[in-house]
Amino acid sequence: MNKLEKKLLKQVNDSKMTGAVNIRKNGKTWQRKNSQWVTIKDSQDGRGLEIWVKENAPMAMVDIPVLLTESGLTETVDNNFYIGKNSKVVIYAGCGINNCGTKDTVHSGRHRFVVDQGAEVKYIEKHYGEGGNLGQKEINPVTKIELAKDAKMTIETAQIEGVDQTERVTKAVLQAGASLVINEKIKTSGKQKAISSFEVKMAGEGSSCRVTSRAVATEASVQKFISNIVGNQKCFAHVACDSIIKDKGKVTAIPKIKANHVEAELIHEATIGKIAGEQLLKLMSLGLKKEEAEEEIMAGFLN
Amino acid sequence: MLQLKNITLEKEGKKILNKINLKLDDNRFYVLTGPNGSGKSSLAKVIMGIESPNEGEIWWQDREITRERIELRAKEGIAFAFQQPVRFKGIKVSKLLELAAGTKKIKGCGVLAQVGLCPKDYLDREMNGSLSGGELKRIEMATVILRKPKLAIFDEPEAGIDLWSFQNLIEVFKKLRKNYHGTILVISHQEKIMEMADKILLLKRGKLEEVEKIDNLRIRQKCGCRGGCIHE
Repeated sequence: MNKLEKKLLKQVNDSKMTGAVNIRKNGKTWQRKNSQWVTIKDSQDGRGLEIWVKENAPMAMVDIPVLLTESGLTETVDNNFYIGKNSKVVIYAGCGINNCGTKDTVHSGRHRFVVDQGAEVKYIEKHYGEGGNLGQKEINPVTKIELAKDAKMTIETAQIEGVDQTERVTKAVLQAGASLVINEKIKTSGKQKAISSFEVKMAGEGSSCRVTSRAVATEASVQKFISNIVGNQKCFAHVACDSIIKDKGKVTAIPKIKANHVEAELIHEATIGKIAGEQLLKLMSLGLKKEEAEEEIMAGFLN
Repeated sequence: MLQLKNITLEKEGKKILNKINLKLDDNRFYVLTGPNGSGKSSLAKVIMGIESPNEGEIWWQDREITRERIELRAKEGIAFAFQQPVRFKGIKVSKLLELAAGTKKIKGCGVLAQVGLCPKDYLDREMNGSLSGGELKRIEMATVILRKPKLAIFDEPEAGIDLWSFQNLIEVFKKLRKNYHGTILVISHQEKIMEMADKILLLKRGKLEEVEKIDNLRIRQKCGCRGGCIHE
């Protein structure tokens, strides 16, 4: 791995890679390692990976970063995760694109999670782009989640810099007692565009879902947040979309909540606005210039 | 030393401050009091640079700073604790204190203990609605103390603080009064805080009067009540 690739990897994965690892570089697996609890293999159709986590795994670790440094490379990868009953696993995913050329580079990672009863998954995903302005850097993740009875999943996603275009789709079905927590952070600048949509079906009694999206849209960038939560049983869901807009940034938040059961409790909150004047004044009274205060407020918001 | 010369502030055609002349000497404890709506917070904000006066001059250590920006005044040693502490989503207490101190090395964060908060319980908390009004108020005070300012302004530190916390607040000011080398200006309605003052500044309908001690204030107000009230 050359210096540029190492730097790119660091941007999207800061874990120590102590468990199972699959590093994908420019369309091919560059390094793979299995662990006591996790087996990674090519899928039968050759379109991606199968990641198997054994039942009762105490604390399995999986790292599956993707790096693209060839301008003009367009790829779609289908990864299937099978998480065994009562296991605990932390998965670091992420995609870094360096595109200094003139052609567009696109990574579409389609992830399907089948999480068995009582299993707990933490999924951490970072997206990052760098390089010149001629070739686009585009990342389109699709995440489909099936949570069995009492399964838990927490997703932390962050796209902080350099991705010109992204269309994120997250779909989940939750059985009884299952819980899903999603924390999403997206910052866009320049002429970047980001769309993020969530569709969560609360199919089982006692299931719960919390989605928190924080967005910062600066310069002429555009973001759209769409959520659609359906409660079919006694369940709880809370969706919060907070956005800061600056310069000519635009944000659209489209909430949809649908209760098909009298005991379904569904909440959606959305706020969009510029940085509050009093926040700037407070930090300026601590000696920060206006621009420095704005940076601190936005960095904290996306922290 | 801070000097205000003929400071006038108008908002929507109304005179909030009317030709205020004031000198604040070094290392003294002042309390600015007066009825609600008399212009106390506006006066403090004019000193910090948050509000710009329509007329008059502000001098700080023999230099005119009337049109100087907030952050430059902050760097020159003026600090201001807001009456309504500002909430920040995502910014932790430790980060705000670092910004206030201008360094990442805040030793043991004794300043939180100084304002009556246990550092380990608060440093990792977010400066958002999960903190109570009283907790935010104390953190606000800590940000000012950390700056080691030459002039520290506290805008109604007692507002929104419960009775038990108020006793602690008095202790905080007593300690500040004793150990702090700088000028303190507290906007307050509270008698116990006024009792600490070297001089009380009484603001009424945008006009300033100066009285030396609280007893003189009581006589002047023909009030004599012990409730800490300032009558019109």
